[in-house]
Amino acid sequence: MENILLKDNVAGLEGYFACGGYRPLKKALALKPADVIEEVKKSGLRGRGGAGFPTGLKWSFIPKDAPGPRYLVCNADEGEPGTFKDRELLLRNPHALIEGMAIAAYAIGAAHGYIYIRGEFAAEARLLEKAIAEARTKGFIGKNILGSGFDFELFMHSGAGAYICGEETALLESLEGFKGQPRLKPPFPAVKGLFASPTVINNVETLAAVPAIIEKGGEWYASIGTPKSTGTKLFCVSGPVNKPGVYELPLGVTFRDLLEKSCGGMQEGKKIKAVIPGGSSVPVLTAEEAWAVKLDYESLATAGSMLGSGGVIVIDESQCMVKLLQVLARFYHHESCGQCTPCREGCGWIEKILNRFEEGKASVKDIDLLYSVADGMQGRTICPLADAMAMPVMSFVKKFRSEFEAHAAGRCCAPEAGGGH
Amino acid sequence: MAFKLTEDFKARAEKLCARYPRRDAALIPVLLELQKEAGYVAEEAMDELAKFLALPYARVKAVVTFYTMFNREPAGKYHLQVCRNISCHMAGAPGLLARLRAKLGIGEGETTKDGLFTLSAVECLGACGAAPVMQVNEDYFENLNGEKLDALLEDIKHGRLRAGGR
Repeated sequence: MENILLKDNVAGLEGYFACGGYRPLKKALALKPADVIEEVKKSGLRGRGGAGFPTGLKWSFIPKDAPGPRYLVCNADEGEPGTFKDRELLLRNPHALIEGMAIAAYAIGAAHGYIYIRGEFAAEARLLEKAIAEARTKGFIGKNILGSGFDFELFMHSGAGAYICGEETALLESLEGFKGQPRLKPPFPAVKGLFASPTVINNVETLAAVPAIIEKGGEWYASIGTPKSTGTKLFCVSGPVNKPGVYELPLGVTFRDLLEKSCGGMQEGKKIKAVIPGGSSVPVLTAEEAWAVKLDYESLATAGSMLGSGGVIVIDESQCMVKLLQVLARFYHHESCGQCTPCREGCGWIEKILNRFEEGKASVKDIDLLYSVADGMQGRTICPLADAMAMPVMSFVKKFRSEFEAHAAGRCCAPEAGGGH
Repeated sequence: MAFKLTEDFKARAEKLCARYPRRDAALIPVLLELQKEAGYVAEEAMDELAKFLALPYARVKAVVTFYTMFNREPAGKYHLQVCRNISCHMAGAPGLLARLRAKLGIGEGETTKDGLFTLSAVECLGACGAAPVMQVNEDYFENLNGEKLDALLEDIKHGRLRAGGR
């Protein structure tokens, strides 16, 4: 099947035109905004940032009669460990995002949009800035777009290094020039978002899929993938596989096909021990579970994990699961914004307990302690960062308990694993 | 020496402010611009910036200390930022960090005496398919190993840093 998002030779405006670029925008501007939303609803497109919320539905939450400005925000704060698709998409197909934003803005009646990009992506930000300027000179962005009377201004906004700003309300705080601390919901951003105005926030990959949906229709898009997980998804594969990278595949593809057909299998001599299928925050799968799983929202939920951001982290037999969990705990502790006690303290406690395992000072009791601290964090905070720590902890402990027991008994389970061993 | 915002900087900052309905929303982009010029965000700079944006100093300080990209002390000419998260860890990031510590004679968060290098271990840089990854100032260097790292350091020392390791 032909790729919708990752295409060759479309990074420049000319190449993008050659593939029919900006025709969907023209088509959308001739429709009523409500019909654009309807088409996206029909497509079944769901948020590609991790939560999987239906995109058309999200757009329809913008109050129709609310006075004052509305905003469209693109979340390009890609930072979920194991995820590197938005960067690839921005580099290879920046105009799909810009066009998708113009269409989305028209649908929700937003005159202003921002692309919130993580600060580390400086080169990508410059490239996007250039692409926006190109689009502006052609009349796709700015006043009276293509003579339709619709105005849309689009600006870049750089973050400055904070994982939490990928959470949409923290992103809004950051975009307003504050610390990135998530807001209590409700009110939801659709009602009271950026600058207290109705706001839609969508991931890069979500917005970039919109032009194709308008061009070929929602039904066409819904015919790809599975009935509930429609369309294609960018899967990011990292770990000791032969060809790591970003692959665009229909949702519902098997992990086996992704690994063997797209990634050329495991590196020689490497055997899978575990797979984290949706970015570091989702529950880990054992090799056996991974081999049997399909990669879509429902199948992964049934398997006890999540599709998340599509960051597929492949872990091989030589790795120590205790060490890897310690790496993740250090990360979540570092990135907790400090607002909610269960997360701020819990992430720190978990890191400390895991340090004890790595230093050979842990006892068997500490395994249950890890689990109970994580259990006490879940669902008790303003945003899902606490859950993002708790889910790996609980799944690692449940599925790889023997490795924690080995550490408690003073042995490392995978002596050749790097770092601190 | 008192820190003063130059007229040129103020003009660029005004342009950034114009992107938002409220001037203070530009705080982070303006701080990034300031750091690009000065190399770090000094206490006096926070004070001046607070006045410029008509904000309490505490608001500026809160933001500077919350986000990891802001340096509050002068950093080296080249800021080596090694990703230590899960995919880079599995691909050998701890070895790269150890190598850099040994070669440069500094620990993480420190700067070499000649002011050339600052070393940091950072969290996921979003380039896991090319692990292990290191960011040097604004550029990514990917699929690193010991040899490539040594060659890169030599290039930097001799002023031959080429952007874009992709």
